[in-house]
Amino acid sequence: MNIKLLTTSILAGSLLAATSHTAFAQTAEEKGFAISQESKVRDDGWVDMLASMNMVLRNKQGQESVRNIRMKTLEVANDGDKSLSIFDKPRDVKGTAFLSFSHTKGADDQWLYLPALKRVKRIASRNKSGPFMGSEFSFEDLASFEIEKYTYKFLKEEACELGNCFVVEQYPTDKNSGYKRRIVWIDKAEYRMIKTEFYDRKNSLLKTLTSHDFKQYKGKFWRADLMKMINHQSGKSTDLKWSSYKFGNGLSASDFNKNTLKRAR
Amino acid sequence: MNKIAWIAIGSGLLLQPAISQALEFEVSGKVGSEITLYTDKGQFADQDYRSNISFSVQPEFYWSWNNGQDNLTFQPFLRKDQRDGKRSHGDIRELSWVHLGEDWELRTGLRKVFWGVTEFQNLVDVINQKDIVEGLDNENKLGQPMVNLSLVKGWGIVDFYVLPGFREQTYVGQNGRLRAGLVVDSDETSYQSSRDDKHVDLALRWSHSVDVFDIGAHWYKGTDRSPQYTAINKNGQQVLKAHYQQIEQAGVDLQATIDSWLFKGEVIYQDNPVEDYWASQLGVEYTFYGIGETQTDLGVLLEYGKDQRGKRANAIMQNDVGIGARLEFNDTQSSSLLAGVIHDLDYNSNSVSVEAERRLGEDWKLSVEARAFSVGKQQDPLSNFDQDDFVKITLNRYF
Repeated sequence: MNIKLLTTSILAGSLLAATSHTAFAQTAEEKGFAISQESKVRDDGWVDMLASMNMVLRNKQGQESVRNIRMKTLEVANDGDKSLSIFDKPRDVKGTAFLSFSHTKGADDQWLYLPALKRVKRIASRNKSGPFMGSEFSFEDLASFEIEKYTYKFLKEEACELGNCFVVEQYPTDKNSGYKRRIVWIDKAEYRMIKTEFYDRKNSLLKTLTSHDFKQYKGKFWRADLMKMINHQSGKSTDLKWSSYKFGNGLSASDFNKNTLKRAR
Repeated sequence: MNKIAWIAIGSGLLLQPAISQALEFEVSGKVGSEITLYTDKGQFADQDYRSNISFSVQPEFYWSWNNGQDNLTFQPFLRKDQRDGKRSHGDIRELSWVHLGEDWELRTGLRKVFWGVTEFQNLVDVINQKDIVEGLDNENKLGQPMVNLSLVKGWGIVDFYVLPGFREQTYVGQNGRLRAGLVVDSDETSYQSSRDDKHVDLALRWSHSVDVFDIGAHWYKGTDRSPQYTAINKNGQQVLKAHYQQIEQAGVDLQATIDSWLFKGEVIYQDNPVEDYWASQLGVEYTFYGIGETQTDLGVLLEYGKDQRGKRANAIMQNDVGIGARLEFNDTQSSSLLAGVIHDLDYNSNSVSVEAERRLGEDWKLSVEARAFSVGKQQDPLSNFDQDDFVKITLNRYF
């Protein structure tokens, strides 16, 4: 081995050490951010999506109530998604439709169409923590995951239903969020959020969401067929069954305006 | 254009999809029964009762074809009233064909349109005639014949309306409550236009959303939806005669949605043969979310309505303040409670209303509406309702 080669290998070795040292020095905050960002990046590029939601609401006594909703969603680069939700059940709200332009910064734009009056109402989007259709899902639980909406902290790795999981704590940046924090279990293989614990503003465990029966679409995007939300404080629960997922429908921004809201059905 | 012509158009359309395979068809709707209890017998002749029962049915038939690019909606409405023959009535709320283009829509037939942002009254909402006999809230309207071309542009949505044919307002009959001392005799109705109710009205509207603002502007030229009344003697009996004049109107409506605040305004200027005037409805709404650590939201609203014609105005809120509170319980049954009072500054009168709603099971809905009137000065048209305080219980079954 000549001197030159030796020097190179020493240099390379120290360089390697330096990089691995950086990786080692990554704070829990940075690691939590990186994992969450990776889960977002892996789901980028789905462009548009159609899906049907069937919600079964259960109270403490086990009484059930059903909600059926169809959704159209458009991915928007560098901003939140645009979505149009159409209500089929309960029947008294059939034809009611909800248009939302979510934003990574600032308030979302939301309109509600009331078919009996043929009226489109712009509504305040501040109500993130309110229940969606009387269910245990709040509006923010159903909103698209945007990296800017939280700050992060990596907690640990542990075995979970889908192998090994990163456990990351996420703190909402929005003062109107109903949560102080949430703890998310993300599987190491595919970066799917398989379980979330929600802590209320007083830092008590409020709800647990678990996602089941993941299927992969377009060879990339993982979607759960079933989401179960349990409210530990009220004893109520909601099962959200997803069906008819369809990607690549050629939707564009022109499918999301007040005219499409009024004729949505 | 008459109803038969529209039905012909509808049937013509129906033949088209018969050939195609991909026709979607859907039926939905509601049937309802209501009972109204009055605190007193009415103050006028033939109003000597304290309760009334009524039934209604409103199905909706929907066909869609051509990959959803064409659809037809047929929504008839029928009411049977125990006491008032005039309130027993039918209407085609909707019989319309919609064709979708790339960035335009053509809507043809009998339709219902809503314009506006405020809650107590909507000055800019001029397209449809109100179905007054259905209730005082003006939420029920008669289907209006129209051809409406809607264009979606980057700078907003533009709607062109050609409105062939006019729908006369419905009037409570001799046996009905919540009416004036004299009954409107619809046989005596007159029009300024020589074409009577065949006058072709025109309207144009632009609406857009920019940031926190939702803006709309309109122009309308045609038959006034609100008639002028005069008392006449017919066969020795005093009756009211309705006269519909020709008007031209421009207006704007604006809402700013900022955090939990909604700032709303509607302003119109109307040119008519009697007197030109402006009117406005301005208001603010604030919502407290999750009050008292519950899931209940409380919205409070304040509105002021002003009509330049003052006491001569045929509007409800010519110089009135409206205060309201809305409770949304956000529960499984979607329970809600709405309370409001309109105070008339000219006559010092109050009109109070409370409306509560709750879903029963999956397909039923129970609503209770109570209204009370307190009249300050007898010149106030509200004095006609002086003994008409009531509670109305409605049970609807949806299918």
